[in-house]
Amino acid sequence: MSILISQDTRFIVQGITGREAVNLTRENLDYGAKIVGGVTPGRAGRDVYGVPVYDCVRDIVQAHGPVEGAIVSVPPRFTKDAVFEALENGVKLIVIVTENIPRREVAQMVELATLRGARIIGPNCLGIISPDEAKMGGVGGPAANTRQAYTKGHIGVMSRSGGMTTEIASTLTAAGLGQSTCVSIGGDAIIGTSYAELMPLFEADPETHAIAIYSEPGGRMEAELAEWIREHQSRLPVVAFMAGRFMDEMKGMRFGHAGTIVEGKEDTTAEKIKRMEAAGISVAERIEEIPGLLKKRLAEGQ
Amino acid sequence: MRFYEYESKALFAKHGLPLGKGQLAHSAEEAHAAFEAIDGPVVLKSQVLSGGRMKAGAVQFANTAQEAAAHFESIMPIRVSDQEARSILVEEKSPIEQEYFVAITWDGRAKQPVLIFSDMGGIDIEEVAETHPDHVSKTHFSSILPLSPRIAKEAIGATGVSGQALNRLTPIVFELMQIFLTYDLTLAEINPLARLEDGRFIVLDGHIDMEAEARGVHAALLEELGIGEDETRQARPPTDFEIAGARVNAVDHRGVAGNVVEFDGNLGLVIGAGGGSLTLFDAVRKHGGKPANYCEIGGNPSVAKAKELTKLILSKPGVEKIAVMMNVVSNTRVDIVARGVVKGCIEAGKDPAETIAIFRIPGAWEDEGFKILEKYGVEFCDRSVSMYEAAGRAVAKMS
Repeated sequence: MSILISQDTRFIVQGITGREAVNLTRENLDYGAKIVGGVTPGRAGRDVYGVPVYDCVRDIVQAHGPVEGAIVSVPPRFTKDAVFEALENGVKLIVIVTENIPRREVAQMVELATLRGARIIGPNCLGIISPDEAKMGGVGGPAANTRQAYTKGHIGVMSRSGGMTTEIASTLTAAGLGQSTCVSIGGDAIIGTSYAELMPLFEADPETHAIAIYSEPGGRMEAELAEWIREHQSRLPVVAFMAGRFMDEMKGMRFGHAGTIVEGKEDTTAEKIKRMEAAGISVAERIEEIPGLLKKRLAEGQ
Repeated sequence: MRFYEYESKALFAKHGLPLGKGQLAHSAEEAHAAFEAIDGPVVLKSQVLSGGRMKAGAVQFANTAQEAAAHFESIMPIRVSDQEARSILVEEKSPIEQEYFVAITWDGRAKQPVLIFSDMGGIDIEEVAETHPDHVSKTHFSSILPLSPRIAKEAIGATGVSGQALNRLTPIVFELMQIFLTYDLTLAEINPLARLEDGRFIVLDGHIDMEAEARGVHAALLEELGIGEDETRQARPPTDFEIAGARVNAVDHRGVAGNVVEFDGNLGLVIGAGGGSLTLFDAVRKHGGKPANYCEIGGNPSVAKAKELTKLILSKPGVEKIAVMMNVVSNTRVDIVARGVVKGCIEAGKDPAETIAIFRIPGAWEDEGFKILEKYGVEFCDRSVSMYEAAGRAVAKMS
């Protein structure tokens, strides 16, 4: 089992003829994904690695039946329309790869998704992977590299950084800890699905035994996770790695992802670490400490 | 991206929000002239990108034109939170009956805009929220459903405001909500919003922050306000080194090699990606290393971009070596970065083996990348060496 995607998930790629989308399509197909079609307006009739290209999402649904997911890899100014198109054609899981989308548009996409009972992952993310089943997005890169870093197992991974998703998975793999599903949730100030919003899914997945997260300064997402864990008395031990500790001294400066800017006291790493530890989350200072902490927490739970 | 007060007010004026008489002064003569034009007691306010002006003494009142000119001279040199004053706004001093607070910002948790209103304006809103919670209302509203004034009315009414004040405040607050959404702002604040003795309302002070990502969409407005493309409007102005870093990234559209921030250490960092850079910067400092800069490589930058970034960092006085490090990469090609940094060293007249303290980028095309590094005698490592450990090896090589 896994969360969000499995080997049976049928999805599409919007913006499929773009340079990054072409790579991503090949990498996903090589990893076993079921991509039923792609969209680039005006390019109907072509194909990308055997995936037929259409002008509209509607045309894919008409030709191939309903699709569950969509990867959106289109330029920022067209992203909102592409997401709205997917939502209005019944797509329930949307991975937005595109970055540099203003908050207003992200909020609008998320609000319509909520009204339609759909979920958005991202924007500014590398997508989702359920190792040995499927991946949806650029996470892990080419299939051979993905197989080297990710292995099937029982750790759920959530990360505000796409690159660090793979770094953590690779470290877990080297320590003999496989992963159930890894989600690159995105680095923006507003994202479709936060840690706390993914927790119920991991909680309900019998194959997931523990959680590893990558976190950074900015926003209230870690506080929200800490609250969720306390309120729901989660069965899952959580280990968090906190990056960007140097930013606590540099309020108002922007480093890394758009969402990292420290605006208030609650946004600092020191405050986040305090809240997470109070909720029983183990906080690692180095990535290589994560496997040991997970093993310790898992052993304690038995 | 923060607006100066006078820019915020220019935007408010464009949307018909009520403002007092005011003029911007760039010299004592202009301050003198502004007083005469306004014809009455004035307030002089330093135009800086920071709060806390009052405490810093950068806001003064004047009853004569001579006094206004003198205050200009005394306020202008004052730095507020290390920000320099750009000019002085001279405004009429209004007889105030009551002050209100209104702000709209994004709530990342609710993923909606939130309107914050209080009938106790002029002071720290966080403090009011703690001491007088019934005088602060927080109202979320939709960003896709049609905006309507009743949201503003309910938010104002929730603090106990009624009568004529409610009816006069509603259109002002509603207009601010529209401004917030129209211009992709991350903050639209009026504090204080004042009710004068004659019952009129005017905006005394305002604070606007626009999302950096939306600058392109609102280029026309920014031009109208005179905000230049290279004004970063961060907590401190960009250094020449940082401006040069932005130029490196603009060379071509492939990937990212930039987002440079200057520090005063001796170890140059060529690091990535977003999260990886934060992790590695922490690691270098934890080992006692002194970073010369922060930067980011991400996506799949060209050889030229990686090369130019390397040259820029090596050109910074005091930089002895560079460390080239990333997390396990998904879509960045290791060989392209390796070629870029080696070329950058050579073009800077340096020996790559001596200059590159460590190269730790595991992932796609790593074998090809490692071959290049081997040829030039550069120390490299794969994913079996952690990011933390790699940073330690680099720091150990520094004198």
